[in-house]
Amino acid sequence: METLLERIQQGHFWDFPGGIHPPTRKELTSQHPIAEVPLPPVLYVPIKQHIGTIGQILVSKGEHVKKGQALTNGLNHLDVAVHAPTSGVVQEIKEHISAHPSALPELCICIQPDGLDEWREREPWADYLNYSKEQLLRRLQLNGVAGLGGAGFPTHIKSATNAEIEFLIINAVECEPYITADDLLMQEYPEAIIQGIEILQHMTGAKHVLIGIEDDKPLAVTAIKAAVGVERGFHVCELPTQYPSGGEKQLVQILTGREVPKGGIPADIGIVMQNVGTAYAVSRAIVADQPLIHRVVTMTGESIHQPKNVWALLGTPVSHLLDHVDFRPGLNQRLIMGGPMMGFTLPSPDVPITKISNCILAPSNQELPPESPEMPCIRCGECAIVCPATLLPQQLQWYAKAKDYEKLESYNLADCIECGACSYVCPSDIPLVQYYRVAKAEIKTQQQEKQKAEQAKLRFEARKARLERDKQERLEKQRKASEARQSTSEDSNKIEAAISRVKESATDKVAAAIARAKAKRQPTEDESPDNSEVIAAREARKQQARDYKESKQTGTEPESSPTDKKAAVAAAIARAKAKKAKLAEQSEATEQSKDNSSENASEQDDRKAKIAAAIARAKAKKAQQEDAESLGEENVEPKSNATDDKKAKVAAAIERAKTKKAAKEAEANAQGEAETQASDLSPEEERKAKIAAAVARAKAKKAQKDNDQGKN
Amino acid sequence: MTIIYALIALGVLALVFGAVLGFAAVRFKVEADPLVEQIDAILPQTQCGQCGYPGCRPYAEAIANGDEINKCPPGGESTIKELANLMGVEPKPLDDAHGQEDVKKVAYIREDECIGCTKCIHACPVDAIVGATRQMHTIIIDECTGCDLCVDPCPVDCIDMVPLKPKAESWKWDLESIPVKVVE
Repeated sequence: METLLERIQQGHFWDFPGGIHPPTRKELTSQHPIAEVPLPPVLYVPIKQHIGTIGQILVSKGEHVKKGQALTNGLNHLDVAVHAPTSGVVQEIKEHISAHPSALPELCICIQPDGLDEWREREPWADYLNYSKEQLLRRLQLNGVAGLGGAGFPTHIKSATNAEIEFLIINAVECEPYITADDLLMQEYPEAIIQGIEILQHMTGAKHVLIGIEDDKPLAVTAIKAAVGVERGFHVCELPTQYPSGGEKQLVQILTGREVPKGGIPADIGIVMQNVGTAYAVSRAIVADQPLIHRVVTMTGESIHQPKNVWALLGTPVSHLLDHVDFRPGLNQRLIMGGPMMGFTLPSPDVPITKISNCILAPSNQELPPESPEMPCIRCGECAIVCPATLLPQQLQWYAKAKDYEKLESYNLADCIECGACSYVCPSDIPLVQYYRVAKAEIKTQQQEKQKAEQAKLRFEARKARLERDKQERLEKQRKASEARQSTSEDSNKIEAAISRVKESATDKVAAAIARAKAKRQPTEDESPDNSEVIAAREARKQQARDYKESKQTGTEPESSPTDKKAAVAAAIARAKAKKAKLAEQSEATEQSKDNSSENASEQDDRKAKIAAAIARAKAKKAQQEDAESLGEENVEPKSNATDDKKAKVAAAIERAKTKKAAKEAEANAQGEAETQASDLSPEEERKAKIAAAVARAKAKKAQKDNDQGKN
Repeated sequence: MTIIYALIALGVLALVFGAVLGFAAVRFKVEADPLVEQIDAILPQTQCGQCGYPGCRPYAEAIANGDEINKCPPGGESTIKELANLMGVEPKPLDDAHGQEDVKKVAYIREDECIGCTKCIHACPVDAIVGATRQMHTIIIDECTGCDLCVDPCPVDCIDMVPLKPKAESWKWDLESIPVKVVE
């Protein structure tokens, strides 16, 4: 039984399940040397070009930066710095369309090159093997090295592994059709690549180095073999061309026969894999202190009439690169970033090149015909045969369409490497990979939401516990306070009792004294009551009776009646006068009291006036609102002929917006006035003005609510 | 005589089994209703109260006691589906009386208009608003569940519900594919 190493030396490799053999079309670009491209007018450097977190931005608008100057820092472990690709001026820091299938804008630092291409100070480490692992890792992070293979995983994290590493595998397979960026890099810079591999081996402590290259790159194989030499002991492994042998798990399987466990990383089985482009970037970063600011990009496809590889500065818009390769767009021209199997269509040619963009494909319509309509699955099983991860693509497809995420997980959707082999062989043109991508994204969001829900629940429960605790504390406080009160009230009861006793005795004595005094005074006071009226009345009655007697005695003489009448009239007049006098007296008294009270009232008058003014204001506002309402209604009326609910809602919304706007304007005016009236108001007054504004807003809200309620 | 033996034997057996069952009941006691836990795990935990219960857990308890499963607008269709699976009932469309499913939103305080009344802080079920009396308040976006409960108490109407901006990390692929056929 030959050992693993012997097998590798003899070139006996394993195979992975499935795989396809699409036309490679690499001859379009593999014979042309890597070309330089003039500086673009503006570079859009995205601050995030890797997996992980973003560092803090170090530059500001208008600042002059030198080539290789860090634009973001790498303080966090997951940060990877980005650098100025050339010297120039930071024009802007703004969101720009991103090199992501979503094309969602991402924060970019826009640099206008000054054409000098002036480097920052560099500190080359030619004797790199004398530096410690930590120093080298830190330098990689600060120089922004991330995996150039496609995922952009930070190299300093991958290389920091503490596991015992048996194999360092350099992935130079480049199995995707069309792409020749790594091929050309190996042809032109084999020494630098070998240097990078040495550094990587030094950092990871790998016992053996395997360099995997597909056998369709004979020039690259010879170049690398020559650079490796004999004494280094690196194994250059020529592999049969097959897609997707460049997948991490697939390459591990081909070279070592080992399988990366589900959910694990190659380091779990003693393997670290790096892309060949990364090895080159590592050597540049460590030896020459050149941060990762450019990369090789394959410009290919039949719409490009000078297909070739170019050195593209990171942040160069794709359109600028296309200008230098004789790009002649056809009808419905598509631009694909990445290869035809795993790439994505660019939404716009303004997308900048990032660390992970290895190819721009501009195919003609004959080359990559527009998508044909999807037909029903005929259950031929081709997809399951070619799947390199031995999944069941058609089953996955059914569940992805049914959105049955549990089933998808049980069918190991997470192990799908999205290589696109299943879509390639599908006779029904079902875009299987797209279904999986959608489903994967959905599963990811659901997991995130679940996590968030869990967090929300924890917070909710913590809050509930806190409120309960506060309540208990409050009750406890109240209880203590009442206890304290009771204990003090017992004391005070005694005191009160004592006081009352003293008082009682005192009042008793006083009362007795008063009573005595009263008793003394009473006899004199008894005469004092004013009985004159009664007496007068009695006198008058006596007089009447006498008169009556006289008249009887005289025998009802008519002459006597006038005097009788006269007396009666006089009495009546007197009574009336007395009454009048009394009334006058009373009215005088009330007038006096009124005068007293009116003095108090004058103070209130101000307030009343104010209230009145406020009411007036409120009324004015209401009227204004009604105006606005009626306006709104008028505006919407022609539209709201239909009985749509929606329209009514829209109308309501417009009204609300208008009233709000009016309120805001009023507020703004008020504020403006306040400001103009007293620009040097004391802060307190300013605050008052603010409060007034807030009150106004609150009132407006209330009014609006009432309106809404009225509507409802 | 045999009948007495038989009775004794049965009696002893009954006692033994009773003891075993009693012990098991104490030893393996289930703390809470696991069904409520499971339902609670499915609910979105926005604590918004749109279902008519004061929080997600009370609603979970209500579902366990036979309430309808279609009263949760933040959870939407997917939650109803999961609940239907769990409860073994047919999924129903969302009950409109409790609101409609909407895009994910978070609250946003227009900070220059905030008067620092702390009313929203008291209303927030997940303590996602920071601020103090007469100081400006602000919302911790990552903690906000979008429950809407802070909007109404605001006396100056300075809280908006803003849809969450999609990020590249949370973006979902569309089905617009790249055909991979290469014509020879």
